Amino acid sequence: MSVAIAGWLQAGLLVLALAISYRPLGDYLAHILTSPKHWRIEKFLYRLIGVDSEADQTWSVYIRSVLAISVVGVLLLYSILRVQDHLMLALGMPGMRANLAYNTASSFVTNTNWQNYSGENTLGYTAQFAGLAVQNFISAAVGICVAATLIRGFVRRQSDRVGNFWVDLMRLNLRLLLPFSFVLAIVLVASGVVQSLADPHTVTTVTGGHQTLYTGATASQEAIKELGTNGGGIFNANSSHPFENPNAWTDWLEIYLLLVIGFSLPRTFGRMVGSQKQGYAIVSVMALLWAGSTAINTWLEARGWGAAARLAGGAMEGKEVRFGIPASSLFATSTTLTSTGAVNSTHDSYTPLGGGMALFNILLGEVAPGGTGSGLYGMLILAIVTVFVAGLMVGRTPEYLGKKIRPAEMKYAALYILATPAVVLTFTGIAMAAPSARSSMNNTGPHGLTEVLYAFGSMGNNNGSAFAGLNGDTQFWNLTGGLAMTLGRFLPMIFVGALAGSLAKQKQTPASAGTLATHKPLFVGMLLGVTLIVVGLTYFPALALGPLAEGLS
Amino acid sequence: MAVTTPTAPQSGRHPVAPRRIGGGFLDPKMLWTSLPDALKKLDPRVQLRNPVMFVVEIGSLLTTYSALAHPSIFAWTITGWLWLTVVFANLAEAVAQGRGKAQAATLRKTRTQTVARRLTSWAPGSAGSETEIAATELKLGDHVVVEAGQIIPGDGDVVEGVASVDESAITGESAPVIRESGGDRSAVTGGTRVLSDRIVVRVTTRPGETFIDRMIALVEGAARQKTPNEIALNILLASLTIVFLLAVVTLQPLAFYSDAPQSLVILVALVVALIPTTIGALLSAIGIAGMDRLVQRNVLAMSGRAVEAAGDVNTLLLDKTGTITLGNRRASEFVPVPGVEIAALADAAQLSSLADETPEGRSIVVLAKEEYRLRGRELHDATFVEFTARTRMSGVDLSDGTVIRKGAATAVMKWVREHGGHPTEQVGQVVDAISASGGTPLVVAQVRSGQAQVLGVIHLKDIVKDGIKERFAELREMGIKTVMITGDNPLTAKAIADEAGVDDFLAEAGPEDKMALIKKEQEGGKLVAMTGDGTNDAPALAQADVGVAMNTGTSAAKEAGNMVDLDSNPTKLIEIVQIGKQLLITRGALTTFSIANDVAKYFAMVPAMFAGVFPGLGKLNILHLHSPASAITSAIIFNALIIIALIPLALRGVRYTPSSASALLRRNLWIYGFGGLVIPFAGIKLLDLVIQYLPGMGH
Repeated sequence: MSVAIAGWLQAGLLVLALAISYRPLGDYLAHILTSPKHWRIEKFLYRLIGVDSEADQTWSVYIRSVLAISVVGVLLLYSILRVQDHLMLALGMPGMRANLAYNTASSFVTNTNWQNYSGENTLGYTAQFAGLAVQNFISAAVGICVAATLIRGFVRRQSDRVGNFWVDLMRLNLRLLLPFSFVLAIVLVASGVVQSLADPHTVTTVTGGHQTLYTGATASQEAIKELGTNGGGIFNANSSHPFENPNAWTDWLEIYLLLVIGFSLPRTFGRMVGSQKQGYAIVSVMALLWAGSTAINTWLEARGWGAAARLAGGAMEGKEVRFGIPASSLFATSTTLTSTGAVNSTHDSYTPLGGGMALFNILLGEVAPGGTGSGLYGMLILAIVTVFVAGLMVGRTPEYLGKKIRPAEMKYAALYILATPAVVLTFTGIAMAAPSARSSMNNTGPHGLTEVLYAFGSMGNNNGSAFAGLNGDTQFWNLTGGLAMTLGRFLPMIFVGALAGSLAKQKQTPASAGTLATHKPLFVGMLLGVTLIVVGLTYFPALALGPLAEGLS
Repeated sequence: MAVTTPTAPQSGRHPVAPRRIGGGFLDPKMLWTSLPDALKKLDPRVQLRNPVMFVVEIGSLLTTYSALAHPSIFAWTITGWLWLTVVFANLAEAVAQGRGKAQAATLRKTRTQTVARRLTSWAPGSAGSETEIAATELKLGDHVVVEAGQIIPGDGDVVEGVASVDESAITGESAPVIRESGGDRSAVTGGTRVLSDRIVVRVTTRPGETFIDRMIALVEGAARQKTPNEIALNILLASLTIVFLLAVVTLQPLAFYSDAPQSLVILVALVVALIPTTIGALLSAIGIAGMDRLVQRNVLAMSGRAVEAAGDVNTLLLDKTGTITLGNRRASEFVPVPGVEIAALADAAQLSSLADETPEGRSIVVLAKEEYRLRGRELHDATFVEFTARTRMSGVDLSDGTVIRKGAATAVMKWVREHGGHPTEQVGQVVDAISASGGTPLVVAQVRSGQAQVLGVIHLKDIVKDGIKERFAELREMGIKTVMITGDNPLTAKAIADEAGVDDFLAEAGPEDKMALIKKEQEGGKLVAMTGDGTNDAPALAQADVGVAMNTGTSAAKEAGNMVDLDSNPTKLIEIVQIGKQLLITRGALTTFSIANDVAKYFAMVPAMFAGVFPGLGKLNILHLHSPASAITSAIIFNALIIIALIPLALRGVRYTPSSASALLRRNLWIYGFGGLVIPFAGIKLLDLVIQYLPGMGH
């Protein structure tokens, strides 16, 4: 089978699988978020931690709960990483340095999973299990929780309540993430992903040298790494490492897993607001962006850049021969358009414009389909901005799903739109001006600039993939990175919460012929345009000096 | 209360002529005369209200400083055009305000120092004693007397007497109107002139807060507060401004790293080109012009919020009489009883109505003339009998002894029986049939040669206004539901509702029913608009989201509503809704245009800034602009000129034809979205073709 046919087949099957899971998974998520019934074990756990499962929270209590569990999560993870040498199964690894531990703790709590360390040389099993894996589950669920508040904001009328965070969090873990990950881990093991608590093996290589092979509890981590759009690998090489991603099937499965929740949440949204068409409109925009970006990236990589790559028939540098160009581009696009950040190839080695596409994907704000929950609320905010401009053009106070976009709503949406670019651009600007930051750069010229922009783009948008070419484990990068990830995660969440609260208080305006239809192709096109233009206009000058300057020369 | 939905009227029976809301044109001279005002507005404290233009002004100050420090033709050109951008924006606002000012000046003339003849201890029946004080010293509840030729000193209600009043000062309508105590025509406005008779007025408004004072403040724009929508849009524009400010400020370290540091002038130029200056400059003018368009239609909106709410209205409550139907019923048909020639009936009906000056009576004469060529004739020695509430009949006694009567069925039948006649059963059937169809039956009978006989029945019909059905179809397409309010019985109401094509009706409606309907609609999240004039309309006017009070109405109604129609034309509610929509559409369209413009500006400016260092970026110079200096200058000049070019559009409002939301969106997206993408490419290229020959624009 030629590479091209395999690529088409892989992408086609992926679309098919995602389409098949759209309804059941989306409906199941809606059920989880709306069912009045508690499981017995949930009731027991609520009693244990002292949560009144019937009490709805106001938006501010809800978001404060999110912040509280996140602060506790950072402190806990930080402590574990610092003292991991005293914990079980440490594999003789020393405790992490303070600034790296801070960076790593922020990174996993914010669902970013930016790694300024290589897992196999740094972390013991306890740190992986009790530290990182716990945050992989919680951070994935937190994103969906915050998205749920926004949906409830649209659904509820004249209410100041947006749900119960502890109930949402508990259910998403017990009913979705834990059981699914468990099954998927077994599937991955069966497919050849390693899972072991043994000490690293030392083997003699063909040339006679010695190599230490770390195995680790990889499959169990891999499942939630993709499903929860986390992306932090056991190995430094992440999903290009054969122990994490041994063959074409696991590669396909991992891409599917990192996309599936993000692509199913619009169904949850449509179901909860009582109109499947609204869900289809949102998922269409996500799918168009994803498909378009994949196509462009694959084309750019297959075309190659520079004489060597053209002669070789494509840009193969930094890509696994096991996967080839289409599968690598598919993975790269999917991982940068979700907030996953897992990689099966080195984005730094992509053609300048191909790498630029990956960077652009991240800068889009992780909305196509984005991280678990965060992708949906990001897209809904863009929909609100679109509705505002389009709504004015039909001569009414703009309304989305019967809720008016008034100054209060616009304020929170505008702050949301502002938050991430402010973080990304400010830190990039600082990094390019600060000598301590520039000393970490291994490359010069536009490529070096792309690497720095990519780094802060990735951290600010909670993606977590790295362009490489940058020595991130320095005090400057660990501290600014930790800050960028924290601000990039929680500022938007606060604004989404406030927006949800403001929407929930409103009455519902019934739709009429004079109302802007938000489920028609025209609106889908406009939302697509706003998404591309808002991002494009914000980052165009910076992109011009990075990937465009390099790629157009 | 009976709310019933008639079967959905067939829309689209007549092709509806597109109705365009226009008005408010720009006299080019005004640009010149408003210039001093525009320059005054350069005060940064004034600019602070508008974040976008404030940034441009700060940018202009920075480039001025930079041009002074490092003078060059390029720096001064950019600086000049940046200042012009601010001035153009101010000019837009000044022109919009200027039109109001002219109107205010006319109004002020009426507010001359008036002397009030205050009556102390006035009570109905007792004259009280008169003292002369200045109108400005009047207090609430004072009674004043006004006689022919005098100016009414303040707003109030007539409590005694009746007078004809010249209200042309505020309505522009020269025909005098009648104002009388009691009833729904008791309100008088300060500044208007009594033409005849004498009235006593109880003052209901403090001096300084009178209708004319408020009107002056409104048309001048002094009392203008930002509306919710405008605030929301300002938030969006401010956030876009901040994003672009950040993008450009953080660009400089990146540019330094890339060995392509930019001058302050260029960075400021880039910010100004990217932030939404077009809509930022015109936003305030659009709002003022929107209010102005209402004023030009003789509608005074007490707040911009009300105008915006008008665009959002979901339900229109329309009084049947005067809005949907002509004020009076008309004869539409003669139905004779068997054995009577139709011509005989028509003849008798016409004879009995010749002296009947009521509109119904005249319509009978007209119908007889048109259908049966019966000419109105002079009758000699005939005695006309006028309609009274007691007899409920009118008619004529002819010299030959023939007596003709027409009137309510029961009254006329009784009259026939009294004169020895025996009305047949068919009369009752015809009467019932006409009633059932929503009409009013008038029975015609005569006594000739001692024989009493019913001749037949005149079918009086409510006449639905021409074109009103098409209007309702338009409204339906706009997603607005129309509800007809009438005191008629449900049967009659339904017939008229069907004919007029309203969506719903409220029959036998009293003020409480109206109120209940409004509340019910509002609970469902809908916005309701209504018109009203009577005191008992006041609670409903206050409850409605848009309450348009008729100027002829009581002051209670005018206080309660949030708009006053000086022409007292209830149909105008529809126009008000359209103006509200047009206002929002203009804002949305220019915002889209403004944002779409950025794409072209990037393609002009980014290669100009960086192609020197990265020649590859020259490929982005798809317009093949002459030089970096000419490219940046062209973009900035375009940015400034487009403001001037769009001032007429901002004042006039974008073209609005009532249609569905998706049709509107498609059209506006095409013109202002796609147009906004393309026009600047063309504009910048054309400018570049010219200015490349100017000094300082070479390579």
